Amino acid sequence: MQLGLPHFLTLSVLLFSIGLYGVLTRRNAVAILMGIELMLNAANVNLVAFNRYVSPGVMPGQVFALVVITLAACEAAVGLALVMAAYRSLETVHVDEINLLKW
Amino acid sequence: MSGEMAAFILLAAVTVIPAIVVVTSRNIVRAALSLVPAFLGVSGLYVLLQAEFVTAIQILIYAGAITVLILFVIMLTAGGTGLPVRQVNEQVPLGIAVAGALAGGLLFVLLRARWPVVSGEMPRYNAKAIGTALLTNYALIFEVTSLVLLVSLIGAIIIARKEGS
Repeated sequence: MQLGLPHFLTLSVLLFSIGLYGVLTRRNAVAILMGIELMLNAANVNLVAFNRYVSPGVMPGQVFALVVITLAACEAAVGLALVMAAYRSLETVHVDEINLLKW
Repeated sequence: MSGEMAAFILLAAVTVIPAIVVVTSRNIVRAALSLVPAFLGVSGLYVLLQAEFVTAIQILIYAGAITVLILFVIMLTAGGTGLPVRQVNEQVPLGIAVAGALAGGLLFVLLRARWPVVSGEMPRYNAKAIGTALLTNYALIFEVTSLVLLVSLIGAIIIARKEGS
């Protein structure tokens, strides 16, 4: 069986679902960020795979994968800074205990 | 089974098994360290897809920088990392159902669709082609991304610093 686009799509769907499960069920804000990183990786696999199999020779998929990697680094930096700020004022990183705005 | 297929199966296992550890492990440090093999497996998939520049960036930024950043924040927020602390909320069955339903739906759509697959090779020396593309067709995206990077780094510093110092 020849390695093709469906294999990579299946893998990225699996990776995205695993990340989504982590985001939905974790209490620790840092673990939620880890799940988001997994989901962004799944999207990147899709971008590079489509670049390879649908438009080889030009580079849009890889360029956008690089943009997504950069934005993931931004998101991690800002998200982890927010976690630090929340921990400093609330003494917790568990998102179900950070409920100051909840009625 | 071709060697390419065997490499894909190996790399898929290296990616997916640590990813499951990341979302299920009770020990948050083990979860964070499991991110490294998952990211390295994804970078191996990029090699299979003939994207060597993205591979290098993936290893540098994800496996190198983001994992270390996450480990540092775990260390600084030590209250949440102890083993006795419950790490999952009460929505595990619902989370499994949502993730499974999304996976099923996406697989159903993506594997039934007919993609316009063409045969062809990626250009040799990916980095050169990507650099040319970034500075010609995608120059605006490149500039806006660098602006977002600058703003988010300044924002992160301002958010994370101590009040009043």
